[in-house]
Amino acid sequence: MAQKNIYEYDAKKLIASELPKYYQDFNYHNKLVVIDCETDLEKTVSDNSWMNTEKVVVKPDQLFGKRGKANLLLLDANCDEMKDFCYNNLDRVCEIGNVRGALKRLLVEPFIPHEKEYYVSITTERDGDIIHFSFEGGIFVEENWDKVIHIPIPIGTDITLFDLEGKMPDLGESKNILIPFIKGLYQVFVDQDFAFLEINPFAITQDDKVVPLDVKARLDDTAMFLHANTWGNPSNPIEFPAAFGQIMSEKEAYIRELDEKTGASLKLKVLNPSGRVWTMVAGGGASVIYTDTIVDLGYGDELGNYGEYSGNPSREHTEIYAQTIIDLMTEPDPAGRSKYLIIGGGIANFTDVKATFTGIVSAIKNSVEKLKKAKVKIYVRRGGPNEKQGLELMEQVGKETGIPIEVYDRFTHMTRVVDLIKKAEETGGA
Amino acid sequence: MEDYELFNRNTQAIIYGFQRNPIQRMLDFDFVSKREKHSVAAIIRPTQTAAISYHKVFFGNKEIVIPIYKTLDLAMKKHPNAEVMINFASFRSSFQTSKEALESDTIRTVVIIAEGIPERQSRVLIKIAEERKKNIIGPATVGGIVAGAFKIGNTAGTLENIILSKLYRPGSVGFVSKSGGLSNEMNFMISQTTDGVYEGIAIGGDRYPGSRLIDHLMRYEVNPKIKLLVVLGEIGGTDEYAIVDALKNGKITKPIVVWVTGTAAKILPKGLQFGHAGAMADSSKETADAKNRALREAGAIVPDSYEDLDKEIKKTFDKLKQDGKIQPVEDFEPPSVPLDFNTAVRLGKIRRPTDVVVTISDDRGDVPTFAGVGLDTIIRNKKSIGYVIGLLWFKRELPDFGQEFIEMVIKLTADHGPAVSGAHNAIITARAGKDLMSSLASGILTIGPRFGGAISNAAKYFREALLKGMTPLEFMGYMKDVVQINIPGIGHRIKSVQNPDVRVQLLKEFVLNNFEKHPHLDYALEVEKLTTSKRNNLILNVDGCIGITFLDLLENLDFTKEEIEDVIHSEALNGLFVLGRSIGMMGHVFDQKRQRAGLFRQPWDEILFTE
Repeated sequence: MAQKNIYEYDAKKLIASELPKYYQDFNYHNKLVVIDCETDLEKTVSDNSWMNTEKVVVKPDQLFGKRGKANLLLLDANCDEMKDFCYNNLDRVCEIGNVRGALKRLLVEPFIPHEKEYYVSITTERDGDIIHFSFEGGIFVEENWDKVIHIPIPIGTDITLFDLEGKMPDLGESKNILIPFIKGLYQVFVDQDFAFLEINPFAITQDDKVVPLDVKARLDDTAMFLHANTWGNPSNPIEFPAAFGQIMSEKEAYIRELDEKTGASLKLKVLNPSGRVWTMVAGGGASVIYTDTIVDLGYGDELGNYGEYSGNPSREHTEIYAQTIIDLMTEPDPAGRSKYLIIGGGIANFTDVKATFTGIVSAIKNSVEKLKKAKVKIYVRRGGPNEKQGLELMEQVGKETGIPIEVYDRFTHMTRVVDLIKKAEETGGA
Repeated sequence: MEDYELFNRNTQAIIYGFQRNPIQRMLDFDFVSKREKHSVAAIIRPTQTAAISYHKVFFGNKEIVIPIYKTLDLAMKKHPNAEVMINFASFRSSFQTSKEALESDTIRTVVIIAEGIPERQSRVLIKIAEERKKNIIGPATVGGIVAGAFKIGNTAGTLENIILSKLYRPGSVGFVSKSGGLSNEMNFMISQTTDGVYEGIAIGGDRYPGSRLIDHLMRYEVNPKIKLLVVLGEIGGTDEYAIVDALKNGKITKPIVVWVTGTAAKILPKGLQFGHAGAMADSSKETADAKNRALREAGAIVPDSYEDLDKEIKKTFDKLKQDGKIQPVEDFEPPSVPLDFNTAVRLGKIRRPTDVVVTISDDRGDVPTFAGVGLDTIIRNKKSIGYVIGLLWFKRELPDFGQEFIEMVIKLTADHGPAVSGAHNAIITARAGKDLMSSLASGILTIGPRFGGAISNAAKYFREALLKGMTPLEFMGYMKDVVQINIPGIGHRIKSVQNPDVRVQLLKEFVLNNFEKHPHLDYALEVEKLTTSKRNNLILNVDGCIGITFLDLLENLDFTKEEIEDVIHSEALNGLFVLGRSIGMMGHVFDQKRQRAGLFRQPWDEILFTE
């Protein structure tokens, strides 16, 4: 739970619905269409006649920027050109900032002829928000960063009473448009719990209308419960897509769904499906340290997953979580080498070690053949309420099933088990 | 209390949220730390109706009560000495309650446990705290501990851990981390490598924690009892650079061992939530590597990896000790806390006899069972009420004729008009404005020797006669001369041989057709022959017939003689009458209530007043 990126389409729709409350002159065209691999282009065009009659802009809507520089921006195009662009680019694999991924989603909107490109963004800090503004917006804003002005707005400021104009450069004629627009935008930002909002650029048309052209935004997803009327509508919540090139596997989606349903935390990301070192670590903090140590000791390439469980999950949920990881890691190594599962964690404050381990033990018992076939060795280290009984369960299941399980308590340094894996590898794995 | 202290051995806290375990754990900690007074002053439970109620807890062996208030306002008024509020409210309501506490005059420190508080709400709380010179720990934390003085909620877990990590008395190390989960690991690590923790705070993993690492380090710096600082930072955010600055400009002078976790982020996919909410590096400056490097350059002791953190802490502490900067700790044997009953049972250390033996039903599984038969099976197989009564009253699956007989009895006894005592009483009570239960009870309570009693009395005397082998004539004489009552179950006000009671006819017919044997009925009919020869209305009446045929039912089931005795002893026959008649009495109560019938008063002309 934290700051989450949203699609440009959703960001624009949210601004379109909320901004007129504070800036009545905002008269957005609201002509936005998403084209994905399933879209029936002909039907979409006939449903949205403006796509045929107006010049349009087409660009990917997959959380990455610099689309102009990457040659993925079609401007001032007619309908046929738009269709061609879609056919040529949808499902095409390309590389954006060292990440390979397929283009899955294009945004089509009317082309707005304009001369000047403005920049505005809002960021958050501990004691307030900052409005960033520049006359020199567009793709060169970073090169011209010294021309951007930064206006801190302390927390709790009533923006309608704030002297924004006094902090801005000479705005000339556009003052009467820019000041109410930016103030309104800031109110939307605060009201809707945005964590980041960047409009780069926006244009002012000849009839004095502000038009956001490119928008990037993050919402604070913990505030979802406050926004049932807009983006947090429980029956139709806004989508928080994964970064470009990141596809959530079925198993990851399953754990995420489980995580959303419980008060406890269950996280899983597969890093390398054929990796030989897998982790099932309790606690957000400890999971980071285990991952660090595995990478430090040179097993980054072999690391199968990142994840954590915490907040005293029930026995059942822990079992499902453990079973998922076991299922993922038990495809035998082609070269017949051993695999390793670290069931790790610090000394818990209140998570019941016995209860959570009972869940893990059931998953192990259900997977004896799999684990043996994949030559999995299990290393356990944990402490906390009922630690003795919990660790005993692990010892026992090792003895009963014949799966090699080494069990360590609080008196062994938390990450020493990673060392032990290294030693096992160096002495031949098997 | 000194400015640099948040908690000491006298700190009193208000707990927002009725959290049994953390509260008991705080009191256990207080006890082993030999605090004079326990640390929980009050509990807030907004869902309760009463303004004040009480929660029983143990302080050592002694059971005490802690008041539970409906509102924070009242709790603060009653406990002006309580300076700390530990807020267990959920992420939905934590903002409002934390705000109320921060804006109060008595609360100095608010600990926010909830995870998932919107960042803007956190920032508003931070602003209020700064303006009012208050402290916040959290959100999204377990809290913290001052060894031997005060423990927040679930921090440091169970008593066992507190003893193992020597948290019942102060050491010389001031520790602060982001992660609450790891704070306890660090408590133990520090206890193994130094003379122990003096104070350990987990600020929580959010992007905007109410207090930052540096805020606590500055307190530790001026606390003369703290000699060594230990910090566990995290990838994301720039808070660790405040430590770098404090080192550079001499604001931190005590030795400080730091490790920033998350060095592996460089090999992980971008945008992955690595650990906590705040743990996402937005720029190269926010990476763990950059922060570790900057801290090392500024003079902090930074190990090469987490693996070596314990060694560096030990090395630094040993040096302080060599330099004579560490006073020996006054250690003591912490008083032992008795095992909780439930824990002891779970560990198999004690056993306790139960109070009640139950043989007819069990609701502990997925589906309640009646005499071993699942309720779902009963419903799916469309079993009758007679079947259910068989299970719950006789612990048996009754044969069809048994089920049918019981249902017939219930129908026959369901009502006998408004004039009989039971219905009359129920009606009068209902009309007095009493509730259904009282009205029904009032009716049922009239059932006894004279009203409804004929059924069980008929069963009793006819059974006795048959067992003793009396002839019908001997029986009549016995009832007249020895027992000296009319034979129960014989005689009717209106009905007679010529005008038979159809209810009795139906019942007799059913028994004669369906019961293999019916000795009691046969005997009663012999008796009836004699009595009707004396007067034609001395017939076997419906009450008598029910009582007698019920005995015949028992003869036809697989009951032993002793079991039949048990059934009769258990008043099952009365049960049938009560069950049946309750249907009618409730009907009368509903009838009166529907009509909104007013209070009944017996007219004077129905009463003879005399001296």
